[in-house]
Formats: sequence, C-alpha cells, structure tokens
Amino acid sequence: MSANPYLFAAYAVTWLIHITYISTIVSRYFRLKREITELNRKK
Amino acid sequence: MKRAFPILGVLTAILLIYALYQALIGAPTEQTMGNVQRIFYYHVPSALVGFMLFFVNFGASVLYLIKRNPVADIVALVAAEVGVVFLTVNLVTGPIWARPVWGIWWTWDMRLTSTLVLWLIYVSYLFLRRFSSSGETPALAAALAVLGALCVPFVYFSIWFFRTQHPQPVMGGGGSIDPRMLHVLLLNWLAFACFAFLVCWSRYRLETLQREVDQAHALQSLLDPSGSVR
Repeated sequence: MSANPYLFAAYAVTWLIHITYISTIVSRYFRLKREITELNRKK
Repeated sequence: MKRAFPILGVLTAILLIYALYQALIGAPTEQTMGNVQRIFYYHVPSALVGFMLFFVNFGASVLYLIKRNPVADIVALVAAEVGVVFLTVNLVTGPIWARPVWGIWWTWDMRLTSTLVLWLIYVSYLFLRRFSSSGETPALAAALAVLGALCVPFVYFSIWFFRTQHPQPVMGGGGSIDPRMLHVLLLNWLAFACFAFLVCWSRYRLETLQREVDQAHALQSLLDPSGSVR
C-alpha cells in the first residue's frame, strides 16, 4: 500500500477527534473527583 | 460491571486495531480511486454509528417525554453527544476524500447539505442542554431530538430521492462493492459500534456522577446559612 497524504490525514483526524473527546471526559471526571473530595471535607 | 469495562475495553481495542489493519492492508485497492478509497472504511461506519446513536437519542427522548424518567434523559444526552462526535468524523473525512476524487472539498448537494443540517440540529440540542437553565430544558431538548431523528432517514435516503454527486449506497442501493471490501466495512462498523458503546458507558457514568455532585452542592447550599458554598 503506497502512502497517501489524504488517507493518512483522514485516519489521523478521526483519531484526533475521538482522543480529544475522550480527553474532555477524563478531565471532567478528575474535576468531579476533586469536587467530591472537597464536598466530603466540608461535611 | 466494574470488571466488564476494562475487559470490553481491551477487546474493543484489539477489534479496532484489527479493523484498521484490514482497512489499510487487508482490503483490496480500488482500481479507479486507489488508496484514497480506504477513507470509506472510516467515513461510512462513522455515519452509521452516528445515526444509530441518534435513534437511541430519539427512543430515550420519547421515553422521557412520556415517563419523565431521568435515566432516559441521561441516555438521550449521552447518545446525542457521542453521535455528534461520530458525525463530526464523517463530515471531516468526507471532504478529505472528496478533494483528490472530485477535485473539490465540498459541494452543496443534497446528501452533504442534509448531513450538515443534521449535525447542526444535534449541536443545537447540545447547546440547549448546556446553556439553558430552565427546568423544562430536558423536555424542550427531547422535542428537538424528535425533530432531529426525523431528519436521519431523510439524510440516509437523500441519495435515492435526489440526483447527487455523492456515491450511491453500497448496501441495499444502486451501488455495488467487492465482498472483501464489504467485509472490511462491516468489521469497521462493528469495531466503531463497540467503541461508541464504551464511550457512551463512560459518559453515562460521568453524567450520573455530575448530577449527584450537583445535588450535593444544592443540598449543602440549603444547609449552609452563610451561603458560602458555590
């Protein structure tokens, strides 16, 4: 299979979109965990 | 259930890697377009998974409108959000394929335009969910979701009903496909469907946790006379 810049770009951008979205989920999860710790401390 | 997630995650990762290998190396090279045709193995499954999620969103929204079930509301939100991600992939990979094949990035034909409109409807849905603080937001969003779901069959069948530049459907339509290519297409569809399921699962857990934290904050602000809680 010869390299094709369009093919590479399409596959790369697909995973870039998915990884970016998953990163937002992970960062929101850690932010929530911090909030939960803070709430437990205030109890 | 906690153990099932990492096991399914590993299985899905293996499936995605195998599907990627099949898309890049296993599938035969198309004679006219060459290797750029392989974009199809990501472009089409992304759209199909997006449509599946919009139907889940539709079902959950109808259930919410009838029963006012909060679980249905969360499922609707999650399905719409992940569906938008998959439709974004479809909308981005399409022009990357079109440039070397058609010589243009975009054309305002019925399939492309209706897909963009569908994407805008669901982005509006997510903006409504994110920025409206009214108590009726879930019901309004559910009504919008019903409208969005009605557009999905229109987008899918637009290439049957209108003369478009977009290729004919390879499954159940006028187009034809090598059985080995169809096998790779279905494999990638399955891999992305499993991946979408896991992402939805994570997002569902996150949304449930978010609502519990919001409730705890609300309760704390009621109990705290100084009102120092944010």
